[in-house]
Amino acid sequence: MELELRGITKRFPGVVANDDVNLHVRGGEVLALVGENGAGKSTLMNVLYGLYKADEGEILIDGVPQHFTSPRDAIAAGIGMVHQHFMLVPVFTVAENVVMGVEPTSLGGIKLDLATAREQVRTISEQYGMHLDPDALIEDMPVGLQQRVEIIKVLFRHAKIVVFDEPTAVLTPQEIDDFFVIVESLKADGKGIVFITHKLREAIKVADRIEVLRRGKTVGDADPKTVKDTELAEMMVGRPVDLVVDKAQHEPGDVVLELRDFTVSDPSGRVLVDHVGLQVRAGEIVGIAGVQGNGQTELVDALVGLRRVAGGTVHLVGQDITVATPRDMHRHGVAHIPEDRQREGIVKDFDITENLALTGYYAPPLSSGLTIDWKAARTTAEHLVEQFDIRTPSVDTGVGTLSGGNQQKVIVARELSRDLKLAIACQPTRGIDVGSIEYIHERIVALRDAGVAVLVVSTELDEVMALADRVVVMYRGKVVADLPRASTSHNEVGLYMAGAKESAA
Amino acid sequence: MSVTMPTTPSTPASGALTYEEKRHARNLGIAYIVLAGITMIFLTGHSGTATFNLDGGRSFGLPAQPLAWFVAASLSVVAGIQLWRGFGKWTNVVLAMASLLIFMSFLSWAAAGREFSFIGMLASAVTFSTPLIFGACAGIMCERSGVVNIAIEGLLLNGAFTSAFVGSIASGWPGMGPKSGFWVGVLAAMITSALFAWLLAWLAIRFKVDQVIVGFFINFFVLGLTSFLSSRVLTENPDYNDTPTLGAWKIPLLERIPVLGQILFQQTVFVYAAYVLVVVFTWFLFRTKWGLRTRAVGEHPRAADTLGVNVLRLRYRNVIMAGAIAGFGGAWWTATLGRFNENITNGRGFIALAVVIVGRWHPVGALSAALLFGLFDSVADKLSLLNTGLPSEFIKMTPYLMTIVVVAGFVGRSRGPKAAGQPYESQ
Repeated sequence: MELELRGITKRFPGVVANDDVNLHVRGGEVLALVGENGAGKSTLMNVLYGLYKADEGEILIDGVPQHFTSPRDAIAAGIGMVHQHFMLVPVFTVAENVVMGVEPTSLGGIKLDLATAREQVRTISEQYGMHLDPDALIEDMPVGLQQRVEIIKVLFRHAKIVVFDEPTAVLTPQEIDDFFVIVESLKADGKGIVFITHKLREAIKVADRIEVLRRGKTVGDADPKTVKDTELAEMMVGRPVDLVVDKAQHEPGDVVLELRDFTVSDPSGRVLVDHVGLQVRAGEIVGIAGVQGNGQTELVDALVGLRRVAGGTVHLVGQDITVATPRDMHRHGVAHIPEDRQREGIVKDFDITENLALTGYYAPPLSSGLTIDWKAARTTAEHLVEQFDIRTPSVDTGVGTLSGGNQQKVIVARELSRDLKLAIACQPTRGIDVGSIEYIHERIVALRDAGVAVLVVSTELDEVMALADRVVVMYRGKVVADLPRASTSHNEVGLYMAGAKESAA
Repeated sequence: MSVTMPTTPSTPASGALTYEEKRHARNLGIAYIVLAGITMIFLTGHSGTATFNLDGGRSFGLPAQPLAWFVAASLSVVAGIQLWRGFGKWTNVVLAMASLLIFMSFLSWAAAGREFSFIGMLASAVTFSTPLIFGACAGIMCERSGVVNIAIEGLLLNGAFTSAFVGSIASGWPGMGPKSGFWVGVLAAMITSALFAWLLAWLAIRFKVDQVIVGFFINFFVLGLTSFLSSRVLTENPDYNDTPTLGAWKIPLLERIPVLGQILFQQTVFVYAAYVLVVVFTWFLFRTKWGLRTRAVGEHPRAADTLGVNVLRLRYRNVIMAGAIAGFGGAWWTATLGRFNENITNGRGFIALAVVIVGRWHPVGALSAALLFGLFDSVADKLSLLNTGLPSEFIKMTPYLMTIVVVAGFVGRSRGPKAAGQPYESQ
């Protein structure tokens, strides 16, 4: 089977998300579609999957034009999609999730035939070496296995072309390897694969052909056997990019942040952060690596006062701040870039001025006791927009309308534009464009060089490895490794992240 | 997206209680002490033996005062053990036993020195639970598919009014007796309640109006409309508000079972219909294609949508079907009383919503919860016949009061469909 997208154009009010995009993929072939966030990859796939209707262009399967008005049509035509955010019902079993929509039935199409469903799921699972229990509940499964359920869902519907939307974003390095094995077996079985990603190394590793999308246009293709990642990055961004973070040696100073036996538990008493000891010195970047859900979020939340600390102490330059509120922390010179930008970092319906005033609105110079001096706030905002290179028509623009990268810059501007002792950055570059990533990384390094203690939490191992002077790995709420960056490797940290290795941290 | 790791961060050593469980155990212990105190102070006040009549002339007697002292003493002991080391897996059994003791002590106090039809109380508990079962099943059908329907009260009330009004008129039609006229009324009740439900679905699904607000609107609209029609039309024309009451339909053989026969098998068709509904609905919800899709749409509509399930159509269908069920349930009042009175449902639709929560969004759970609330109704009903010295306003209040107590004990421990109340927007 051959799939071809010809001249696809999709416009949204104010933007052209896809502009005359051409793409084709054959059975038994892996096509990597790379591009920055906002380049139009997801829009294109939603057009293909019948979720959006293209304004121009056509979709052809084996040369025959198709008209998809809903996912049902796309599925019927043999197209399957594994979404970035899994589309699984957490309280259902594997089998129930897989068969939904095309349920095997008995009693004249009424009764659900779960026995057959289980059997079919088990067959597919075995065929591709996925080892899934059809009766397992989704909510009890690790992310890597949940992704396999998504793949089985697609295969169950006899998909011939399988689209993976950023499939590796939620996986550990080891799970990523397992995933690539599955992709290979799908390919060997004659399935056509579209692999959407912004991770260039993965695209080069797994693809037969690479197609680059930039600002809604296909800007060219590349042969993964010969192309270099810097060349791909340049095609993606449209200018030469420095993939390595420029970082000079820097001698750390005194201890700024010190956690001792730091423990956090959930309301039911389950320990989420388990007696963590951690030191961050002035002029040092400590990176916390770990797969999502191993206590990093809770550690930071408790640290900045958003969660109750169950045990242990926190000292900031020798002062006990274990029970500090977020405002105390702010006053102590601690910056916090939260991991969920949209939910915790900004108020989407506020404009830029208002968002930038969120941390300082209650004190001079922004406030004179009773009222907020919006003129001063606006002036400050204009200054910050300039200083932090926030791309916006004006400071009165709603933050919700900005791109992810610019939203993140607003947060960075708000948090870093004052005298700091400690900066905590969680997933500082999640889902933003390469240009913004470069910029934010530069800022973080500049902070370090200015003598600020920096704690970076990221589930992207590459990011931790690029930024950190010291790498701390969290697994099941514990610190399982504390390694100098210079003497460790991706592979070693990956093993700690998967819990396969444990050291006396 | 919330992601559960397999590698769940360390849980406390097995056997140890979590913080939450400890607090719960302590609160329960304190509750036992309070109940022991109440029993001692209030329920020891009446002397004499209460005679509880069963069927076939049998009866048993309980001496009110000694029983109250015994219950108070038992509760104190239970409280002590609960606070000292807890009952482990027997906690709920002990709680049920304790509740039963208090209940019997209360009845003995109320009926001290008199006779009381125990079996009549249980039979009418079953009767009173019937509209709650219909209401709760309607609620579950909506909420499982992601629509919060607080308009159950309005749908029941409309069912009661329409079945009485149309039923009375239809019995005057040529060739139609009061009996068949009544069933025409029931059909009309189902259709009109389904229409009101469709209105809710249309506003909530199509226009994404807040579901709670639409529900409130329908409740008040139906209350206003039926009250108006009742005072303007029904009072002026008594013929329009006169249907036959439905007699008991005794089930051969089963009705002769001692005690149980009279409670369960000498009831009206509505009671049996409620039980059939619970069985059929449970089967459909958990064993059929429709059930799987309904539950999926209530938990994660986007997932269902990407698999080609039409989320909005399914929600429309479920809400409209639920309307018909509630309309049928509303006809219970007409079948029981033979007429419509203003605001005859008197909040039973809201209690049905409590039944949904306490029954954990499961038809069988709802049946049990409905029986419990039916019992409160029935006790309140019987108490007003006994001269207990309690103000009648207080007695009328008890079913609602007990609803709050029971629901408060359940809140946080019962998890509903995740997407309930959220309008769905396809991409």
